[in-house]
Amino acid sequence: MPTVSVKRDLLFHALGRTYTDEEFDELCFEFGLELDEITSEKDIISREQGDTKAEGASDVILYKIDVPANRYDLLCLEGLVRGLQVFKQKMEAPRYRRVSPASSEPQRLVITEETTAVRPHAVAAVLRNITFTQERYDSFIELQEKLHQNVCRKRTLVAIGTHDLDTISGPFTYTAKPPGDIRFKPLNQAKEYTAQELMSLYKTDSHLRHYLHIIEDEAVYPVIYDSNGIVLSMPPIINGDHSKISLNTKNVFIECTATDLTKAKIVLDMMVTMFCEYCEEPFTKETLSADFINRKVGISESTEHIAQLLTKMCLRSEVMSDGEQIEVEIPPTRSDVIHACDIMEDAAMAYGFNNIPRTTPRTYTIANQLPLNKLSELLRQDLAAAGFTEALTFALCSQEDIADKLLKNISETRACRISNPKTAEFQVARTTLLSGLLKTVAANRKMPLPLRLFEISDVVLKDESKDVGARNNRRLCAVYYNKSPGFEVIHGLMDRVMQLLEIKPGQGNGYHIQAADDSTFFPGRCAEIFACGKSIGRLGVLHPDVINRFELTMPCSALDIDIEHFL
Amino acid sequence: MADTGLVETLLRRVEKVDGGLDSQDVATSLGVDHQAIVGAVKSLLALGDVISADQRSSKHWELTGEGCEIAEQGSHEARVVSSIPEEGMPQSQLMVEHLEDLVRDKLLLVQKGQASQLEEKEKNELKKRKLLSEVTVKSYWITKGSCFSTTITKQETELTPEMIASGSWKEKKFKPYNFEALGVAPDCGHLHPLMKVRTQFRQIFLEMGFTEMPTNNFIESSFWNFDSLFQPQQHPARDQHDTFFLSDPAQAHEFPQDYLERVRKVHSEGGFGSQGYKYDWKIEEAQKNILRTHTTAVSARMLYKLAQQEKFTPVKYFSIDRVFRNETLDATHLAEFHQIEGVVADYGLTLGDLMGILHQFFNKLGITKLRFKPAYNPYTEPSMEVFSYHEGLKKWVEVGNSGMFRPEMLLPMGLPEGVTVIAWGLSLERPTMIKYGINNIRELVGHKVNLQMVYDSPVCRLDS
Repeated sequence: MPTVSVKRDLLFHALGRTYTDEEFDELCFEFGLELDEITSEKDIISREQGDTKAEGASDVILYKIDVPANRYDLLCLEGLVRGLQVFKQKMEAPRYRRVSPASSEPQRLVITEETTAVRPHAVAAVLRNITFTQERYDSFIELQEKLHQNVCRKRTLVAIGTHDLDTISGPFTYTAKPPGDIRFKPLNQAKEYTAQELMSLYKTDSHLRHYLHIIEDEAVYPVIYDSNGIVLSMPPIINGDHSKISLNTKNVFIECTATDLTKAKIVLDMMVTMFCEYCEEPFTKETLSADFINRKVGISESTEHIAQLLTKMCLRSEVMSDGEQIEVEIPPTRSDVIHACDIMEDAAMAYGFNNIPRTTPRTYTIANQLPLNKLSELLRQDLAAAGFTEALTFALCSQEDIADKLLKNISETRACRISNPKTAEFQVARTTLLSGLLKTVAANRKMPLPLRLFEISDVVLKDESKDVGARNNRRLCAVYYNKSPGFEVIHGLMDRVMQLLEIKPGQGNGYHIQAADDSTFFPGRCAEIFACGKSIGRLGVLHPDVINRFELTMPCSALDIDIEHFL
Repeated sequence: MADTGLVETLLRRVEKVDGGLDSQDVATSLGVDHQAIVGAVKSLLALGDVISADQRSSKHWELTGEGCEIAEQGSHEARVVSSIPEEGMPQSQLMVEHLEDLVRDKLLLVQKGQASQLEEKEKNELKKRKLLSEVTVKSYWITKGSCFSTTITKQETELTPEMIASGSWKEKKFKPYNFEALGVAPDCGHLHPLMKVRTQFRQIFLEMGFTEMPTNNFIESSFWNFDSLFQPQQHPARDQHDTFFLSDPAQAHEFPQDYLERVRKVHSEGGFGSQGYKYDWKIEEAQKNILRTHTTAVSARMLYKLAQQEKFTPVKYFSIDRVFRNETLDATHLAEFHQIEGVVADYGLTLGDLMGILHQFFNKLGITKLRFKPAYNPYTEPSMEVFSYHEGLKKWVEVGNSGMFRPEMLLPMGLPEGVTVIAWGLSLERPTMIKYGINNIRELVGHKVNLQMVYDSPVCRLDS
């Protein structure tokens, strides 16, 4: 969720009144925002870098406000104020319209074919006769940055460039060239560099280095020229110094280059609608019925009132001649409205979620437990009654945990591997519960002996027959850790489990165990368990090397069975 | 039991006096060690109200080893003087005509028990010279108890089968129990606290008529986890640093083809009353296998399955199972946690119904004050965050998320137009941590938990 920080007093000034922190918090809540923090620049610096650094910093109060991730129109002071003012019915929902420059043709941006290889889309607009103040200018720069971080996906989808139109002349060309052929003086640098030099220059730039990877390995880099060959920008990295905007800029040329055209349009719309009343995009109109909204929300309001509610949310609405339908204008700021249900949500918000009567659906259904979970629940109760304590271990672990430490080869485990683990703890999905239980024992070596632990949970195994190529398998695993191995204890637990499952000792339809070889277990101390003719798991005394590798010191016996056989 | 002879002697002494006796005096007069009398007093006390004894302490002065030597043989100085032979004595020392050994006199006073005749200053002076020491003596003031008797019957510790058989228990006296002590801990196993809370949540859903969904598939395709939920392919949640992707098995290979085509269309071109996201939807993204980031992936599979029924029937579904996030870990976030989810599908459900059912659900958890905040979620519209008033923290805290599934998710599945699906979710760990007052999630989940915490955890009643 993006956070917008605005100066409190500036915000109140724009809203035309002051609020207490509580009142403002309440207003935010109603409107779907969250007043996250009340702070100041001084507070922030002193928290991050210490009190000494904070000296002299501004102590103007800042509100940090959490904005829903799809509401790009609320990412700056201007948008927030507009949204809140319309919501409180202090102003009307704005309308946006395009104007052509009085004296000349509209500006043109020509896109050449070379760009298809690297960044195929570009859109542009001009803000004319703008008057920047320091605050507006700051807000303008900050909105760009917020958009870059959110909807632009850190400049990968869209990059924004803004220029002083009076220092350049159209038509503009958006093209792509080999890095060696691009040469210009970048923003805030004293001399010219080639694109190659720039890339190495910015390797150490704390801000720009994060964007280099987007084009670094491409054969050609995107670049925008004006009609005199002046470089406006090399998106998505840096603008040229020549056309940089300042407080005195009157006409702003905005270009958005992109890999996603829809997003580029959204971003450009945001930039122009937030900062100018003269904008190119016409609004779209949707019609929907009041009945639809009443039915979905669970209210019964008149068509007129619903139209009023929507207008309160910056969606100008009018009741149509039939008295049933409502015509809703969707301004370009509201790119999140793509279906009638989005309009319905706005009506519900304007009505106030907490004013909607709470009703009970009359949906009649009979509850059912998942048989596997029902069995697991019942067995858990009885294993605890048998003196074993339940552990809860992670489903993800290191490859070492399920292979080397259990003296197994990773290839025989059928383990699913994770491609992007941040640490070794998340290399694979577990294929056995045993390692988790042994790690639990290791973390509790100071507890009085014996330790008797169990877990009933899922492991994950590769399985070609499933659509995703893997399946879960419900296991019951138990360990007994004491001064003596206690095979008879773990064996007794296995007998008890079989008794609970109504399986009698014996061949055929009963259960029996027979000696087996398993590298995890001490030679001659491992048996395979058969129930109803099928192998369902193993039990035995763990190999001393396994004990050592889990940093344990005492003998330990273990039981591991697949309980899906008993469904 | 102390020496019976001594106990009886003590009782006879107590019988003879009107007021009471000091144990120290008894020891002196009987010529036995004081500790032996203390033993006798304690064993009598254990018999009930035969005697009563109040502990008291007194201080007195005692001679040290060196002090005793001086009391016996005179002070060092006096001994030097007296040992000078009459003949060979230097003139100067003849000045001592008569030797008064004051030190010895004082020590003798103390030895006779008349230390009170000395001034404090004198006693302290001798203490400094390590000739005297002050000793605290603890003794009992013994008086007759309400059941005083000079004959004592031996008390039985426990009832035996023989006593029951012979009826001899009627004549016997039994030693009283010490009800202050703790009992012996039963030898038993224990269920994990988080799993106990899970059991309660299952119970609540079952009470409300919800059927459990099969969530035993940790590995899921991006298609079911994201695309089927109308979550666009460039959505941040689908990033490498939010989601665990799999390298083996890297891809899912089987999808319902006609449904997949409808999903592609609604994302890239729109349809079903939606403009769609208008981007180039790629099957390669949908095929990528991941560790599911929410159990809603299973809800999507279940709703698709429901849509394939010949005739739609209303359903209520729930699940509680593990989900995985490749997030930065901290005191409240782990890479895996349990998600609780409830889903209701029926004709004509409203936002009011969702709030009503949430109200009933949270009521069963003992949470009665709820309010709802508009929120954003790619697959629900409207979306509401659920806040409850926390009496302890004196503020509103977020307890869950909820919403109505978007038509762009439901209609491509083939669900009838008028069917609305409402859903909500919360984590299992968070309410458990609040319930048991745990601040660090690592103290609750994983192999590093302290088993003592598991042993000691109480039963889980969510509504009390």
